[in-house]
Amino acid sequence: MKQKIGLGIGLAAVLTWCLLPVVWIISLSFKSQEAITNGSLGFLPAEGGRAGWANYADVLQDEQFRRAILNSIGISLIATTLSVILATLAAYAIARLEFKGKKFVLTTALVIAMFPVVSLVGPLFDMWRTIGIYDTWLGLIIPYMSFTLPLAIWTLSAFFREIPWEMEQAAQVDGATSWQAFRKVIVPLAAPGVFTAAILTFFFAWNDFVFGISLTSTESARPIPAALSFFVGPDPFSRPASLLAAGAVVATLPIVAIVLLFQRKIVAGLTSGAVKG
Amino acid sequence: MAAITMKNIVKKYGDGFPAVNDVSIDVQDGEFMILVGPSGCGKSTLLRMIVGLEDITDGDMVIGERRVNDLAPRERNLAMVFQNYALYPHLTVFENIAFPLRLAGASNEEVDQKVREASKTLELDEHLERKPGNLSGGQRQRVAMGRAIVRDADAFLFDEPLSNLDAKLRGQMRTEISRLQKRLGITTVYVTHDQTEAMTLGDRVAVLKRGVLQQLASPRELYTNPANLFVAGFIGSPPMNFLPATVTGTSVELPFGTVRLPQEKASLVPEGKLLIAGIRPEHFEDASVVDESKRERGSTFTTKVDVVEWLGNEAYAYIPFEADDAVREQLTQLERDLDGDTMRSQLVVSLDGASRIAEGDEAEIWVDARQMHLFDPESGDNLTIDLERAGRVPAKEDPEAAAAAEHVAEDAAAH
Repeated sequence: MKQKIGLGIGLAAVLTWCLLPVVWIISLSFKSQEAITNGSLGFLPAEGGRAGWANYADVLQDEQFRRAILNSIGISLIATTLSVILATLAAYAIARLEFKGKKFVLTTALVIAMFPVVSLVGPLFDMWRTIGIYDTWLGLIIPYMSFTLPLAIWTLSAFFREIPWEMEQAAQVDGATSWQAFRKVIVPLAAPGVFTAAILTFFFAWNDFVFGISLTSTESARPIPAALSFFVGPDPFSRPASLLAAGAVVATLPIVAIVLLFQRKIVAGLTSGAVKG
Repeated sequence: MAAITMKNIVKKYGDGFPAVNDVSIDVQDGEFMILVGPSGCGKSTLLRMIVGLEDITDGDMVIGERRVNDLAPRERNLAMVFQNYALYPHLTVFENIAFPLRLAGASNEEVDQKVREASKTLELDEHLERKPGNLSGGQRQRVAMGRAIVRDADAFLFDEPLSNLDAKLRGQMRTEISRLQKRLGITTVYVTHDQTEAMTLGDRVAVLKRGVLQQLASPRELYTNPANLFVAGFIGSPPMNFLPATVTGTSVELPFGTVRLPQEKASLVPEGKLLIAGIRPEHFEDASVVDESKRERGSTFTTKVDVVEWLGNEAYAYIPFEADDAVREQLTQLERDLDGDTMRSQLVVSLDGASRIAEGDEAEIWVDARQMHLFDPESGDNLTIDLERAGRVPAKEDPEAAAAAEHVAEDAAAH
């Protein structure tokens, strides 16, 4: 009994620590701008300072913000899809084949993942302007992919290594081509890995700020995190805190949705029963 | 259905290690062929070369009329049951069995009809909608077999399918496999390291040692006419007893005394040379329970019995003896080849259940010397073999080629 009470208190402390900022942003997003400027310390909006859904309506009516959401969703989804497909093929080759330079590929991938993002911004800015993909979706998708591929390859190759060779050989004896064995047996078995890689990639792309703000100049490609920083409202000297809060909440929702959607696919122990063990 | 012919098959790995060396085996149409040997003898490699999962370095693999050396596994139309079953865990039992049919593009009705037929044969009907992860070992084994029998494969290949099951289930599945094979009448190649499975299942058995075929014969022929020490020690449980022996005329001097050898066997062996005698445990008996008429045909000796294991229908008595250095060396090497521990030199004697011999007794033991084999200690060859009833012995057919293969295998083992 004592233990349970202790556990409860501990959990409450951790939850408060983690969730308080999130909850506070939600609280802010329901207060009116005046109430925040005048100081409204309570969690629930004070009498008369209640804004209801007005902030959300304002944010969603903002043309810039709508474009930014669209940019973010589009860029992140495309980067995730391409990155996962490429990583799956690469990881499969790394897990299954013996080829020269395998170690080199893996180490290079790791080095790229550890490269500081900021140091690449300058060169990329110059290159993209010369090539002509500055301020386009493609200009963001490429760096996102190159930074998420290594992680995806490492995650997936670990998953592929776990799948017994026999699965594939059995499929080949059963009459499958190598491609059929890969698609019908190996990929379904590696599904938890594929979705883990997808979530990680999507996070990176969605949350990125540095590339988002440096490689874009207009709303034609600017993603949400960058767009929020440009969100100044009518008076440049007083930032519209309540609108920003509403914008932040809206920007978080897709991430929550994606995680909930993918989480169901990440079923641990999917391979159990394949072989005697 | 088809016959499988292997002609001088060689498998060398990248590092030059010869896993299979100049093996020729002809599996007749509808025959149940067993490949048996201790671990590392190349039996699984040979099976994987038949199915196409392993490249063939040299030789010809012919299935039916086709040379399949360069064909992919899916073009060979063989069905294989893997040691660990290799079921697809994300598919139901039904879809697991249906997998080969779906790949072949069969219609839904055909798939349904064939899968139900297979599941009925294997008594899997109530499990069709379950996932392999929820099945017991025996059920998984049956699903793996279902996947093999559902299509019209030219042959079945089994890679130690029973080694993951417990002893009781293994016995049941063994009979099951045998029954299924007889009913379907399909060519089968079955790999095992278990000599009981080899003896009970096979029409013919191929015994391999370090990638070299030792003997290819029916279980009875292997048992009564082993080609060499290795086959003699591998087949039979408890194993054959090996004793130092010297022949003079028709009498054989053994550590316990002298026994008489039939003239036709005595004429086959050199006189006065140290040999190894092989006598199976059941060819000994407690002299007091042997019929008078039978007693005439053998010899008796008196010795001290060390340990007795009474099993009801029979009893095993253990009698230690001293072996010559030369013989002991050969026997130690044999134990190594057979994957065993170095055993102490002792005689295992199978006694009738009615025998009253107890531990520590001085007992009179009768031995049927007509069943004795004599082996050359250097080469290990059986000198008293009846080649008419010994199936195929590569070492006798082409001694030079066999010797060359043995030499390569020994070289590789030495490194």
